[in-house]
Amino acid sequence: MNKLKSKHLLGIKDLSIEEIELIFDTAKMFKEVLSRPIKKVPSLRHITIANIFFENSTRTKLSFELAEKRLSADIINFSSSLSSIIKGESLLDTINNILVMKVDMIVMRHPSAGAPHFISDKINASIINAGDGTHEHPTQALLDSFSIKEKLGSLKGKKIAIIGDILHSRVAISNIYSLQKLGAEVMLCGPKTLMPKFISEFGVMIENDIKKALKWCDVANVLRIQLERQEIKYFPSLREYSLYFGINKKLLDKINKDIIIMHPGPINRGIEISSDVADSKNSIILNQVENGVAIRMAVMYLLSLNNNQ
Amino acid sequence: MLKSKLFDKKRLDITINRLCHQLIENHSNFKDSLLIGLQPRGIFLQNRIIKTINKVLSIEVPSGYLDTTFYRDDFRTKEVPKAKETFMPYLVDNKNVIIIDDVLFTGRTVRSAMEGIMNFGRPNKIELLVLIDRKFSRHIPVEPTYYGRRINTLTSQKIIVNLTEQGFEKDNIWITNNE
Repeated sequence: MNKLKSKHLLGIKDLSIEEIELIFDTAKMFKEVLSRPIKKVPSLRHITIANIFFENSTRTKLSFELAEKRLSADIINFSSSLSSIIKGESLLDTINNILVMKVDMIVMRHPSAGAPHFISDKINASIINAGDGTHEHPTQALLDSFSIKEKLGSLKGKKIAIIGDILHSRVAISNIYSLQKLGAEVMLCGPKTLMPKFISEFGVMIENDIKKALKWCDVANVLRIQLERQEIKYFPSLREYSLYFGINKKLLDKINKDIIIMHPGPINRGIEISSDVADSKNSIILNQVENGVAIRMAVMYLLSLNNNQ
Repeated sequence: MLKSKLFDKKRLDITINRLCHQLIENHSNFKDSLLIGLQPRGIFLQNRIIKTINKVLSIEVPSGYLDTTFYRDDFRTKEVPKAKETFMPYLVDNKNVIIIDDVLFTGRTVRSAMEGIMNFGRPNKIELLVLIDRKFSRHIPVEPTYYGRRINTLTSQKIIVNLTEQGFEKDNIWITNNE
């Protein structure tokens, strides 16, 4: 397989194992490109990409922007707080106005689940979902799986615990799809109030005791408590959350097992994870950020092969 | 399909031997030289060249290999194979680089290879070694510095390279007419 089936990347759900492997193989080649004295290839010099962010982002936006520049694409950036959205323009109007400026690819983050799917039916450009509400965040899941594969060689039979605020996490859902497709076992761990109602239908294990989850897993992917999405109180206090679900060195020492620590960022240090764990030798948090650029280069490069407008 | 043989093992060995001696003539001890094989089949040819030079001079010639996929100008219009590995253990600054490939046809692969190589520094010069030079088919003014055999071909004809490194029983290189 040399190509992806679709010209959009809307979620991991629609990707086949072969497509995920193709993205990984291509990302590996781009990772080598990023270690060269000149870290740039001319592959996307014919392509214009719009980064449309209706929600705040630091890492994802920077990572996409850097990946686009490394591929020699022309880029325009758009964020909703500085745009006509606040004047009442609809999503489709905004997108169509950007597209008439001859944009070939759109990287979009939106607070509503399904927003990129809605747009993808109506336009010719390729769409990459950079996070839609609490639904999917495919490039994050790809870079997470890629980082685990890089560290452990394979995901087959590996035990991955996703710990924290599952209810508000698009990273968790995309990760479940990706990890299961690649043959890993997935456990979700967090307070009952932060566990979505029908999540067990995904075929994942649910655990409310962090010690048990850590004893079980090879990799702990720790998620951020998304206070900005929590309109009601899901737990009494951050201190209590940290006490029951925070990962610190003392806890890991008790378990006495080498567990790979991941976090999609941004980290609330001292809440879901302590600094000595986030910065420890078992942490691959910074590798995740580094791999993010290579994964996004691979996705955009492969989608451009299907984008002959 | 008409098929005629350009190389068998014996002829291939003689030609590679001759190419190696031409390289030794120009690069003597290969101190400032760097062989860069192009993925995929240029690497097989490069490895044979390195082995032969090693037999003659007892030196390990500095080498690397390059995949040109990300530098191609036709990757969106043509069926392009999956990107392969690049391995460049040396910077090319002030090196005399020799690009190695099996067949020179339109010259586009060599153009993209030169662009790729420039990303690893500024070479002193770049030479090109190919086993087969297909005359009258160039899209770009690229000529080989060393060639094994120069042949007249039609665009419709194809060169089939079967080497033992690819899993074939014997080395054979053919030219075919696609009727």
